[in-house]
Amino acid sequence: MTVLVATRKGLFVIEGSGATARIAHAAFVGDNVTLARTDRRDGAWYAVLDHGHFGVKLHRSDDRGATWTEIATPAYPPKPDGFVDKDMWGKDREWATKGIWALEPALDTAGALWCGTLPGGLFRSTDRGASWQLVEALWNHPTRVKWNGGGADHAAIHSICVDPRDPTIVVVAVSSGGVWRTRDAGASWEPHTKGMVAGYVPPEQADWPENQDPHCVVQSPSAPHVFWCQHHMGIWRSTDDLATWHQLHAQPSSFGFPVAVHPRDPDTAWFIPAHSDQKRAPITGEIVVSRTRDGGATFTPLRAGLPQHHAYDLVLRHALAIADDGDQLAFGSSTGNLWVTADQGDTWHTVATNLPPIYAVRYV
Amino acid sequence: MASVVFTPNLKRHVDCPDVVVVGATVGEVLERVFADHPRLRGYVVDERGVLRKHMTIFVDGRQLVDRQHLSDAVLPASELYVMQALSGGA
Repeated sequence: MTVLVATRKGLFVIEGSGATARIAHAAFVGDNVTLARTDRRDGAWYAVLDHGHFGVKLHRSDDRGATWTEIATPAYPPKPDGFVDKDMWGKDREWATKGIWALEPALDTAGALWCGTLPGGLFRSTDRGASWQLVEALWNHPTRVKWNGGGADHAAIHSICVDPRDPTIVVVAVSSGGVWRTRDAGASWEPHTKGMVAGYVPPEQADWPENQDPHCVVQSPSAPHVFWCQHHMGIWRSTDDLATWHQLHAQPSSFGFPVAVHPRDPDTAWFIPAHSDQKRAPITGEIVVSRTRDGGATFTPLRAGLPQHHAYDLVLRHALAIADDGDQLAFGSSTGNLWVTADQGDTWHTVATNLPPIYAVRYV
Repeated sequence: MASVVFTPNLKRHVDCPDVVVVGATVGEVLERVFADHPRLRGYVVDERGVLRKHMTIFVDGRQLVDRQHLSDAVLPASELYVMQALSGGA
């Protein structure tokens, strides 16, 4: 198995499984790699670099990471004169790419990609990232100007689910701007947040779609009408193709960022809980992974192989991944620890303890 | 003609040799440089042409004033330094 690990100081490639997993090589050492993704249609690897001073850049490798080529970064069109678009501080929102938090193959067209950016624009490429076009129907939706930062100063599209039944159906999730679906490859969009509740706005606004802060949304590959969401307020699940969401209650906590769903069992999912919004660290210093096998009725905390004493790792929304076999998972933490399992989380193996802060983990 | 010097840290990512070009403003000077080095543009300015937040430019020792439109005047013998601001570390 090969795992890509994007970190604050480089991209690391992990080879092996379970106890044999090891760091095989590194790329972009010293650079801030915020996301890594692969496209299995053509074998391409993609890496997002955020240079800070020099802006956000995209790179692609066509030889499994041996060499990389910079490709185009999504670029916003000029803001129309007179168009009112203010952020939460009342300042004019800059139509400029501030970050990339999602990148997925657009399976409806060969070589096409979806890219989710900050401050909330979804982009599409039809040429493997040589050029990008803003998906204007979503960007111009009347509620979009109400999206604001959740986890960053700018609204961010962080989850992109291409429907296994029909690749022109795509769901995106936005922090903080709700869950949206297109049924026509991006030409039109509808919000899908019924049942979600936000506790950080006045009560009468608690169910507004644009106020929802999904941290991560995944779609069951084997039962595409089932979605899981780690939301700012807890865990939600939809079993009716996003008509409604219902809230679940995990122990020891329902607060966290990532979620992974089993590729062949829509009732099995994994979460990595933190204490709470106010205390974003493991409960009593013990790192656990929460697994449900019954659609969220019950959750089992998995601890074997994970630090259980004075551990303060936080796992970010892209830093948990599951392999196609459904047995192997990997996750990395904000303090540079990386763990893998080959038995669905019953036992975990430490791969590294001195990596830079880990932003994203992905099986090739 | 004005001379333009880029921070060595930028040269690690993109081709940007020191050059001598004609231009009456910082924007005009940079446009001439970007014409020969198109990939450099996105490292210095964003898609609106605004100087990136943690970049700075010195013209004859003075820090750039107009970060939006890069309209600061450049003289025929001016020296421009395109540098990183220390604000963007970590």
